[in-house]
Amino acid sequence: MGLFFLVPLGLVFAISFASRGTYGGIVWEFTSANYLDLLHPLYGKILGQSMWYASLTTAICFVLGFPLAYVIARSPVRWQPIFLLLVMLPFWTNFLVRTYAWMILLRHDGLMNRFVMALGVVDAPLELLYTPTAVVIGLVYGYLPFMVLPLYVAVERLDPLLVEAAWDLYASRWAVFMQVILPLTKPGIVGGCILVFIPSIGSFITPDLLGGARSMMIGNLIQHEYLVVRDWPLGSAVSFVLMTVVMAAVALYYRSASRTDGPWEGR
Amino acid sequence: MRRHGSVTAVDEVSFEVRRGEFFSILGPSGAGKTSVLRMLAGFEDPDEGDLLIDGQSMLGVPPNRRPVNLVFQSYALFPHLTVFENVAFGLKMRRVPTPLIDEQVCQALTMVKLLGKEARLPAQLSGGEQQRVALARALVNKPAVVLLDEPLAALDQQLRQEMQVELKSIQEQAGLTCICVTHHQEEAMMMSDRIAVMHQGRMWQIGPPRELYERPCNLFVSRFLGVSNELPGRVGGLVGEHRLFQPVDDEQPPLLVGTASGEQAGRSATLSLRPEQLRMARERPSPSDQVLPGRIEKVLFAGSDTKYLVRIGHDRLWEARMASGADLASFAPGEPVFLHWSLSDGQLFFE
Repeated sequence: MGLFFLVPLGLVFAISFASRGTYGGIVWEFTSANYLDLLHPLYGKILGQSMWYASLTTAICFVLGFPLAYVIARSPVRWQPIFLLLVMLPFWTNFLVRTYAWMILLRHDGLMNRFVMALGVVDAPLELLYTPTAVVIGLVYGYLPFMVLPLYVAVERLDPLLVEAAWDLYASRWAVFMQVILPLTKPGIVGGCILVFIPSIGSFITPDLLGGARSMMIGNLIQHEYLVVRDWPLGSAVSFVLMTVVMAAVALYYRSASRTDGPWEGR
Repeated sequence: MRRHGSVTAVDEVSFEVRRGEFFSILGPSGAGKTSVLRMLAGFEDPDEGDLLIDGQSMLGVPPNRRPVNLVFQSYALFPHLTVFENVAFGLKMRRVPTPLIDEQVCQALTMVKLLGKEARLPAQLSGGEQQRVALARALVNKPAVVLLDEPLAALDQQLRQEMQVELKSIQEQAGLTCICVTHHQEEAMMMSDRIAVMHQGRMWQIGPPRELYERPCNLFVSRFLGVSNELPGRVGGLVGEHRLFQPVDDEQPPLLVGTASGEQAGRSATLSLRPEQLRMARERPSPSDQVLPGRIEKVLFAGSDTKYLVRIGHDRLWEARMASGADLASFAPGEPVFLHWSLSDGQLFFE
């Protein structure tokens, strides 16, 4: 298994130091020009934008996914498998098809706009499709199940008596959540956030179809370099930068998560 | 009153607990004890009736605003917090200043003899120590009432007996008002000032342990608080201050029972006697005592005393108990004996 991962990785790493031939081939001449090219502010902007979209997606997924996971884990045991099945149901159809469905929903005269206009919230149709909002909506929709499943496992393992004990010991509902539920479901939260953040930051179908030119993400850049510009070395370099960023983010996250921060931290 | 769907879990339960009292709710599982406790803690609301603490109604008051703390059967210690943080939780939630928290937590930990283990996590403690943390976590808040849910059920026999004594002395020392739910009659009797016997959602009798044991109001209470040797029969006429009692079983001779009740003659009733009220003899004893002949079925030596199972008539086994080491002739299985007791000891229960 490791071989199937490491060999292509090594290849990409090697290519990232080669240079592009005139007609798109790879010329095996060592150069670090690809990485120096990436210092151009445009690439930095795309990377920053990708991280921003992925972080926002992760945060929204958490805010939506936690109550959902909590309700499922605390519902009667015989209903739980059905609820979980419903959460995973979208995976039964192709991701591309589902993204197209969002295009229809978010279109200028799409269902979403008709709905808000019928409600009288707005007078003119909203500009939804081909905006960053659409990208984030698409990403949240696509990766929410990855957040819900680990959270469900974590909440399911949380002893409900601990919640009652905290409540009995004068904790308000918010304090119960912050002091007991959150720290005790942390492994699930970390897992869910990583599972959402990584595919979000590297996604290209969603920004490609829903985002338009303004909301290009790093995944689109890689795809663009590989398939359109046919500059494989540059694309490889971008891939490597992305991987480094993701790994750094994950490592940071793990470190902050493994620290036990009870309410008496720093005492 | 409290209903769970169509099942009425608790019905017409009414009791008062005095300040500084150790009050136990005793009953078999499914009696509705836990429901009462959860209503007191505020996790459930009664469908009817009211609940007052220091004259104030607690209806609709959520658990975090009630001056009541619960010691859970499974302890429910926060696994991610140290012993200190667990005990300090309630104080911190009430925003008590830090120096005061330190002081009060130390006091509570001293009381439960856990000083020096503040930095441990619950998983690093023994069962008995966890129990103490759970207790300290409740009493540090100086609640009006400490609720105990089967507080010692998870401990093994030896530890349990030690903790009974200790829990009682902590309660007295700190002047705590405790309401304890248990199905363990010996535990309830040893620790409580008063006991309420609960069965099928109702409280059958409330009183000091001794009163309940010696004067139970019905057969259920009698059986639940100890061994009840029973003999069904019918009451007869008055003989002086006593009444005749004709056992239904056999050709047993009529007995005399001291009873104040003026029930009609001919009513069926059950005579009940505690094992320690019974004496055994080979010869027919003095006529002032009530006597039943029987045959020894089994002799069970239990250390400090010996239990004798005596067959009365065809299908009735009575238990008698003699202190070991007394200068009593030892009896062997199969021997015919006379069981006798003082006229004042037997108790009649009418159906």
